[in-house]
Formats: sequence, C-alpha cells, structure tokens
Amino acid sequence: MTTSEKSASAFISLSPLRRPFLSKFLHWEWFLVAVIALVVIVNSQLSPYFLDVQNLFRASSDFMEMGLMMLPMVLIILTGNVDLAVASTLGMTASFMGLLFNNGLNIWLAAGAALLLGGAAGFLNGYLISRLKVPALVITLGTYAFYRGMAYVMLGDQAARGYPASFTYIGQGTIPGTPIPFSMVLFLVMAVIFGVVLHKTAFGRYLYAIGNNQEAVIYSGISVPRVKVIIFLVSGLMSALAGLVLAARFGSTRPDIGGGLELAVITATVLGGVDINGGKGSMIGAVLALLLVGLMRFGMGLLNIQGQVQSIAIGLLLILSILLPNLPQIFRDQRSRWSRQTLMILAVAAIVVVAFVWFFSWSRVAVFALQGA
Amino acid sequence: MTTDHPAASKRSLFSFFAQYRELALIGFILLLIVVISLQSPGFLTFTNFQDILLNISILAMIALAQGMIIITRGIDLSVASTLALVAMMVSFVLKAYPETPVILIVLLGIGLGSVLGSVNGFIITVGKVPPIIATLGTLSIYRGLVFFYSNGDWVNPIDLPSGFKQLAKGMSLGLPNLVVVTIIVAIIAYVFLNYIQSGRDIYALGSNPEAAKISGIRTQQITFMVYVISGVICGLAGVMWASRYEAAQTNTALGFELQTVAAAVIGGVSMLGGIGTVPGVLLGALLLGIIQNGLTLSSISQFWQLAVQGFLILLAVISDATIQRRIKTTMTRGFAK
Repeated sequence: MTTSEKSASAFISLSPLRRPFLSKFLHWEWFLVAVIALVVIVNSQLSPYFLDVQNLFRASSDFMEMGLMMLPMVLIILTGNVDLAVASTLGMTASFMGLLFNNGLNIWLAAGAALLLGGAAGFLNGYLISRLKVPALVITLGTYAFYRGMAYVMLGDQAARGYPASFTYIGQGTIPGTPIPFSMVLFLVMAVIFGVVLHKTAFGRYLYAIGNNQEAVIYSGISVPRVKVIIFLVSGLMSALAGLVLAARFGSTRPDIGGGLELAVITATVLGGVDINGGKGSMIGAVLALLLVGLMRFGMGLLNIQGQVQSIAIGLLLILSILLPNLPQIFRDQRSRWSRQTLMILAVAAIVVVAFVWFFSWSRVAVFALQGA
Repeated sequence: MTTDHPAASKRSLFSFFAQYRELALIGFILLLIVVISLQSPGFLTFTNFQDILLNISILAMIALAQGMIIITRGIDLSVASTLALVAMMVSFVLKAYPETPVILIVLLGIGLGSVLGSVNGFIITVGKVPPIIATLGTLSIYRGLVFFYSNGDWVNPIDLPSGFKQLAKGMSLGLPNLVVVTIIVAIIAYVFLNYIQSGRDIYALGSNPEAAKISGIRTQQITFMVYVISGVICGLAGVMWASRYEAAQTNTALGFELQTVAAAVIGGVSMLGGIGTVPGVLLGALLLGIIQNGLTLSSISQFWQLAVQGFLILLAVISDATIQRRIKTTMTRGFAK
C-alpha cells in the first residue's frame, strides 16, 4: 500500500467516527432553537410590538406558501437534487386557475384543475430528470423559465380577481374564535404528514439512502427513477397548493405571482440543516429554519428595515450556516501550513475588504451630501 | 460504422459530436432567421442585426464567465447582483464627480467587480461552501447592498455625464463600442481557454477534480480564479449596463443570472463539468437574442418570449443528454470488442 492510499483509507475510517462525536453536541436543530431564542430576545427588546400574539399570527401567513413548497424541497434536496421550478409552477398553476375562473368556471373546479396541472408539471420534471439522467438543476432551470412563461401566456397583462369569499378564506381567514390563520393550520398538518413520511416510513429512508449512495440503492433493488418522479410530482402538487393559498391571500392573480420564491425556499431548506449534497437533514430542522427566517424578517420589518435590505441578513445567515460548521475542519487543514504565504493572503484580503468598505461608504456619503446641498 | 478501426471511429464520432453542437446551433439560428424574415421584413436589415448584437453583448460577456464556472462544476448565481451593485456604485461616483475620466470609471468597475468575485471565491475555496449556496447567499447580499447603498433611489439619465453615455453606444470600427468590447472579451476568453495553462486547467478540474489534484493542478487557486474572472466581467458589464441604459436602478438586471446560465447551457456547456466552448456560448447568447428580437418584431405576443426561451433550454438539454448517452453506448460497445 502506498502512502497516499494509506492516508486515504485513514481518512475514510476516521471521518465517520468524528461526525457522531461532534453531532452529539452540535445538533443543528438545537443551534436553530438557540438562534431563534436570541432573535426573539433581541427583537422584543428593540420593539414593544414584537411579542404581540395577534401581530405574530398575522405576519406568519406571509410565510406559509414558502413553507408549503419547502416541505417537498426537503425531500428533494435530501436525495441530492434541487427543484428550481417551484415558484414558476406556483405561478403557472395560479394563473391557470385565474384563467379558468375568468372564463366562468367554478372556483373550486378551477382550483382542482390547477392542482392537476401542478402534479403534471412536477411529473414532467421528475420524468425528464430520471429518464435523461441530467442534473435536476438543469431540467428545473429550463422548466423554471418554461412554466413562468406559460403563466404569462395564460394571463398576459391581465389579472384574475373577484374570487368568492369562501375561496379567499384559505389565504386570509382565521380559525373561528382564534387569531390562528387557516393557512398555518394547513401548513402544520402538511408538515406533520411530511415529517412522518420522511422519518417513519421506508420511503423516507430510501430518500436518505439515495442521497448518501445512489449506486448502492440501485443495487439493492429500489427503483430510484420512481422515487424521484414521486418526490418531484409531490413538489409540483405542493407548489400548486401554495399557489392557491397565495392567490387567495392576495385576492387576485397576476402572472408574476410568487416570482423569486424558489431561492427563498431553498435558503430556508439549507438553513434548516439539509445538506445540499444530499443524505443529511430533518423535517423539524427545516420547519425551525422557516420560523427563524419569518421571525427575523418580521422583527426587521418592525424596525422599518426594507425587505430588500433584510435579505442581506438572510444571505449572510445562509452562508454562515454552512461556513461555521466547516471552521474546525478548515483550521485543522490549515494548521500544517500556517506559512508566511497564508498570512500574506489574509493580510491582502483584509486590506481589500477595508478598502472596499471605505469606498462604499465614501461614495455613498458623497452623493447624499450632494443631494442635501 | 466501421468495426475494424474502433479507435479511429471513436475519435471521428467524438469530433463529429463536438462540432455537431455548434453546427446544430448555427443551423437552428439560420432556420430561425429565414422563418422570422419571411414574417417580418424589418428583421433582415443591417441596423436590426446591430441592434441584436448590442442587446446580447452584456448577456454574452457574462455567459462566457458563467460557462467557465460551470465547466469547473460550479455555478455563479450572484452575477446579476454583482452587475447591479457595480452599476450603482460607479453611477454614484459619476453623479458626485461628473468630471471623472471614463477610463477610470471602467477600471473602477472592474476593480469593484473583482472584489465581489473574490468574496465568492474565498467563501467557496477557503470556506468550503458549495458554489450554489455561496452565490445564492451573495445574490441576496449584493442585491440588498444595492438597496442599502442607494436608499432605494435610482440614478437617472440626467445625473450621468454625456461622455459616459457614449461609452457603450459610441461607434468604433463600424460597430457600437459595447459590441467591440464583447468581441475583445470573447477573443481573450477563447485564447485563455484554449492556449493558456490555467485555462486548460479549468477543463481538467471540471472533467475530474480528483485526477486534476493528483496531477499537480492547484485546484483551489483555479476555482478561486474563475470566480474572480466572473467578478471582473460582471464589473465591466455593470459599467456598460449603466452607460447603455443611462441609468442605475435598484432592480437592474433582476433575474438575469438564470438567463446567463441558460445561454451557457444552450451553448453546449455541460452542467456535469469539463465540457464547453467559447463559440458555443456566444451562439447560445445569439440564439436567445434572435428569439427575443424576432418575437418583438413579429405579431406573436411578447408574452410567449419566456415560454419559448424555457422550451429551448429544455430542448437543448434533452438533445444533449441523448447525444451523450449515444456516445457512451458506442464507447462501451467499442471496449467490449
């Protein structure tokens, strides 16, 4: 055995030992709970309106569509795939419903047709991915554009509105006698179902197995293509359901409905501890991450921070959630060569960042001084 | 297929399919040109083609960077946000100091872009964060910084000096400057990817990262480099964007990142890494531009544009996958003999 082979086998045998040891103390879910507690404490100090139950429930309905799409996204990312088309599927199905409704069809029939279309859209994604053996990223990038395009084809510059109150209830209504939004109940029920399927059934274990070692799963006689088609079909259905809730909440549908939500959904999923390379993660983690993102946005909104500026914090959180757990490994790798070169690189990086920040604030002040004058 | 020279037939098959990609694209583009020009006589004119080239220049430039990154098995989702942030920052400088020489502004844009690109590279190589996550994060961060920087305000045409506005639209060599810049970028990219050691290393890294590392390629440095290149090109594109549209807005180039990926993928860059050419990517961008232009000219509703684009991406991917599989089966059959 050569040295490189030896070190490789040593690495392989050591790494599984290291993981459970660390994870006993650093359960991602507990980390999320701690951050959520921190966000709640800080926000309740900053704003007296934060810990208002009515407000919290009202704000929560902004995140339920995201949550409905996040549940199947957990399953998909667990298998090492990704679905970029969720928000476009939402847009296409909601527009389809709006088109049918505009042409006089009963709203519930239209909603049913939208769900069917969502299932078909998801099936097409899953079929193409497993049949062509192409990364899901590529196929769903194509359908991301195609499905959103179909939304524009269906509605053009029109909007569908005037939905009956019985329909808008699913997006705007609360459980009678309580401030709890109906959409939240819908999400929680779905979350429990998805959690049970993922953690208590053989199907859920297949998903982990595919994410960890697809070859082994194929040899153990499980039809991987069928599993993939199922999870993408479910994703299409749930996106359509999210579309119904969102259209009901807005009370109208335009073809750009839900645009950009796909990246928010993926962010919440990854923040929830689901490994983007597959094989690791839990449903409870993802739900906690959704709660965290919701509370952060709600708190920043109370502080009058614009939605787009809020995304700086969400983006930082996303990167740090992957970067921080990597730090021990990075330092371990680096220790052997803390050379002058490494220090030089760090020094240059620091100077560049400081220069950039200086220029950023200097040019900003220059213009606002000009406008003030 | 000849069976007595398996090696030779393999090579010719490979080279055929390698060229097939660009040929198929050219054929498809020519077909489109014929169809569109039959419908709308205004299409086949010199000025209209100049217009198309002007419209796809920025897309083509960034798609080249995106293609380079995809060849290394990465992806850069932050390109549009980087472009927007640089466009906003240089416009602010011009608003405060209209006398700044244009060349200085171009260099400033490139410098700012390279910093933003290095941040991506740093997070990905040193931080070991997967590229899709890292650039998804910086997509939101850079876009948020645009809003924070400008307080949600826009820089309007009236705030920009006329010399700067001429940067993209002024003519040299019979073509708009922006098109000339894109051609220069494309030539540099072609030479770099085909004849320079680091450029070849990009392919090696994408084809087989393990093998590349073992054979002594500094994979970390190469990965870092492609993200910096992407930042540089986005910085340049940001300056050009501000000059061409005579404005910097908070929603500049919103959603553009997926279009750059689409141009690269249609142009034959494989998401599995290791495959892709400069002419292919340029043709991919040209195809998207012609479709956009043709739909605008023809009577077909503009609302079909996105759907047609998406359909083409799917078509490109499906045909690619089918060809790849056929190559694979031919190869295994060859080895079996």
